[in-house]
Amino acid sequence: MHTSEHKTPLIRLAKREQMSPAAQWGIRIAAILLALVVGGLVIAISGSNPIAGYKTIVVGSLGKTSAFRQTVKNFIPLLGTALAIAPCFKMRFWNIGAEGQITAGAMCATYFALFWADQLPKVPLLLVMFVAGAIGGGLWALIPAFFKAKWGTNETLFTLMMNYIIIGFVKYLQGGPWEKMPRGSQQIAQFDSNACLPKVGGVYCGWIIVLILVFLMFWYMKYTKQGYEIAVVGESENTARYAGMNVPFIIMRTMFISGAISGVVGFMLASGANNTLYDGVAAGVGFTAITVAWLAQLNPFAMVGISAILAILEKGADSLQTEMQVPASISDIITGVLLFFMLGCEFFINYRLIFAGSGKKQENKKEVGA
Amino acid sequence: MSGLEQVSAIRLQGITKRFGPVVANDGINLEVERGQILSLLGENGSGKTTLMNMISGIYFPDDGEIFVGGRKVTIRSPKDAFDLGIGMIHQHFKLVDVFTAAENIVLGLDGKGKFDKKAVAAKVREISERYGFDIDPDKKIYDMSVSEKQTVEIVKVLYRGADILILDEPTAVLTPQETDKLFAVLRNMKADGKAIVIITHKLHEVMAISDKVAVLRKGKYIGTVNTAETNPQALTEMMVGRAVSLNIDRPEAKYRDLRLEVKGLTCRSLEGVKTLDDVGFQAFGGEILGIAGIAGSGQKELLEAIAGLQKAETGSVLYYPPHPNSEIAGYHVPVDRNGEELLGKTPSQIQKIGVNLSFVPEDRLGMGLVGSMGMVDNMMLKTYKEHKGPMVDRKPPKALAQRLIQELEIVTPGVSTPVRRLSGGNVQKVLVGREIDSNPTVLMTAYPVRGLDINSSYTIYRLLNEQKMKGVAVVLVGEDLDVLLELCDRILVLCGGKVSGIVDGRTATKEEVGLYMTRVGGGKEEA
Ligand SMILES: Nc1ncnc2c1ncn2[C@@H]1O[C@H](COP(=O)(O)OP(=O)(O)OP(=O)(O)O)[C@@H](O)[C@H]1O
Ligand SMILES: [Mg+2]
Repeated sequence: MHTSEHKTPLIRLAKREQMSPAAQWGIRIAAILLALVVGGLVIAISGSNPIAGYKTIVVGSLGKTSAFRQTVKNFIPLLGTALAIAPCFKMRFWNIGAEGQITAGAMCATYFALFWADQLPKVPLLLVMFVAGAIGGGLWALIPAFFKAKWGTNETLFTLMMNYIIIGFVKYLQGGPWEKMPRGSQQIAQFDSNACLPKVGGVYCGWIIVLILVFLMFWYMKYTKQGYEIAVVGESENTARYAGMNVPFIIMRTMFISGAISGVVGFMLASGANNTLYDGVAAGVGFTAITVAWLAQLNPFAMVGISAILAILEKGADSLQTEMQVPASISDIITGVLLFFMLGCEFFINYRLIFAGSGKKQENKKEVGA
Repeated sequence: MSGLEQVSAIRLQGITKRFGPVVANDGINLEVERGQILSLLGENGSGKTTLMNMISGIYFPDDGEIFVGGRKVTIRSPKDAFDLGIGMIHQHFKLVDVFTAAENIVLGLDGKGKFDKKAVAAKVREISERYGFDIDPDKKIYDMSVSEKQTVEIVKVLYRGADILILDEPTAVLTPQETDKLFAVLRNMKADGKAIVIITHKLHEVMAISDKVAVLRKGKYIGTVNTAETNPQALTEMMVGRAVSLNIDRPEAKYRDLRLEVKGLTCRSLEGVKTLDDVGFQAFGGEILGIAGIAGSGQKELLEAIAGLQKAETGSVLYYPPHPNSEIAGYHVPVDRNGEELLGKTPSQIQKIGVNLSFVPEDRLGMGLVGSMGMVDNMMLKTYKEHKGPMVDRKPPKALAQRLIQELEIVTPGVSTPVRRLSGGNVQKVLVGREIDSNPTVLMTAYPVRGLDINSSYTIYRLLNEQKMKGVAVVLVGEDLDVLLELCDRILVLCGGKVSGIVDGRTATKEEVGLYMTRVGGGKEEA
């Protein structure tokens, strides 16, 4: 009989069979609870009471009207950008340039805010800014898409590089041609009130726009021809060509749409949140949104929940810092722990671990050896 | 040998496996003995692969017991199976392309110390000699043919000391000559006392290689018979549950009109090697044109070039519209009566000028279908643009999916189950069904019955004949010469990218075609 001449590794991985949805959600909830426990430990180590810490996060982000409004302000660009990159990721086009596309959109919208505010009434002006933001973001995204479609360049590096170019350019505008008078401040002037998005419920109306976008994106991906094409291209370019699809065109169109949505987010940030433009307008949202889109498995409705959690944590972390003197790095660690567990649980949904020397296996070996 | 024959290698008792609502295996009992080759036979989706996957540790049974060497065992992973001396050769190989044969063979064996190249090569050679394999331990996988890769997989499990071998449709990807070689090896292993289970849909192979045949039907165990005491007709009846005729028709079509005219077609691979060399032929409506040849003689490139998926260096492919009186005439926008050039057009341009070309490519999940989508979404792959407006209309594809499930007896939990999860044969039915349903004037199929059970194969032959009778020009790339000779009106033989002969299917012999297949073409030595 065959004898095993090699050692059994301590832990092995095996791909799981499809898990039932109930079990999947069970694991996800367990992961979040576990993350909260570990996060609590982190708070405890930093010298505060974990329960009080969590209470501060919740109260500090949702408890007061002003705090709640700030949370919503964090939430809007995160959700909007996650929605923007969803079609790219569905197409397996790794667009990590949302940061730059937001900035490009914000810049184009700002041009009209600065130079057309006195010539146009409020509503047409805002509409023009909206369109300018969309086109700006869209064109910025189109450049790497064009290179990818024509010459197969690597989109990951290309889109990342595009971020630095546009952010650098806005920095130049801020300190040069668009600098407010008197010069020397390195800042762009506050927008004329005509160029600021109106508030609804105390927060600029961007939250309505992104919530409408959730439904639009869901519809687009699931029920339109373009959404169908995106899914086919993402699965196999060969199949797409076989089906008579124009793959380069689809890649470019999808990236334009994605960039356009990011550009609108940029417009909303400049016009609604900041009432001005600066080089850090995107503030890392373009990267955090990748996590959101991924965790939501590209489902727009799931993105709402995940963006909300991250927005709450972000605002709550501020309160933690101001009210309990917990260092800002600690709240970053808590966010990290949460993300780690959420990503980790997807892994456990797909794989299982097998430990060497478990009772059943020993039994096997005896039977064979005998 | 007589002593070994009594020893049970594997015994399954009441094995049950469910996937959601589908009962893939329902209380199966099975016995595999040492020194014996057992064929596992059953229609597509009858649960053969699932059952074998439970023995090799990929799935875990919901119910039932497995005995190895008379003892009850629990197999939780492929590693457990290996420890019990069970090795399975899957239909899709799991080899690392950039490694050599020897490296792949020891891969995953966490032996102590370094990879001793000499020792491995020596042991590989010893195994090869013992069973009659033909293997070069230092050859890289990407340089290998399918059959060589399969050899590596088999040596790999033998190297690990497997004495129970399971082969899932090993011959589906082999030429007849390669199959003969494999069978010779299997017979040597059997003489060595190993227990072998082989899954195949080809009844003549079952008759040639096995000692016993176990039959599954719709997840249930029907029985085991001695091969010597049965015949293909009886086995088919056991498998299907009713009498089935095993004759292939070759009816005469009413019209025979020129549909495709290929002239001087030359293609090169990305490396610059000529894959097609000055290929010329005609295909007629109301005719099945078979294409025979050793695997890789340019069959794939030929079909893809006609379909607009492959760039051609020179040549032309002229399309002529069907006869105005034929059944299929009315569906199409008129094209140039003097022949419409297809070369240089993309698939969508070809569609647009009203040429309805159906194509069943060899790579089903990589080109013909989208594996992660359900049947409905796959049905509309080529037609989703027809509906007006920005939305897709899933009603017609859904109706089509349901109709195909009925007509072709496709086994699937539902129209939205990802097609990747269907059994191999059912995937093929989904693809062929969709292509035939699109009312083509030219129907090109590559290995349409590969992996299909006998009953479904005959269904496909019937469908191809129906298309031919309607006036469609059917181009069929096949590997089974017996079938090609029974079904096709004419057979074109490719050898090294050149046409080495075109014969009449009614009068040609197998030997004649075989001769053309190996006649060295001038373009072959080009590389
Ligand atoms: N992972 C899975 N999830 C859901 N259903 C499955 C899965 N694997 C197999 N099935 C279903 O179980 C049944 C048996 O499938 P199996 O692959 O064992 O058939 P098979 O006899 O090997 O067929 P074929 O000859 O076509 O390869 C089929 O109905 C199939 O759809
Ligand atoms: Mg199978």
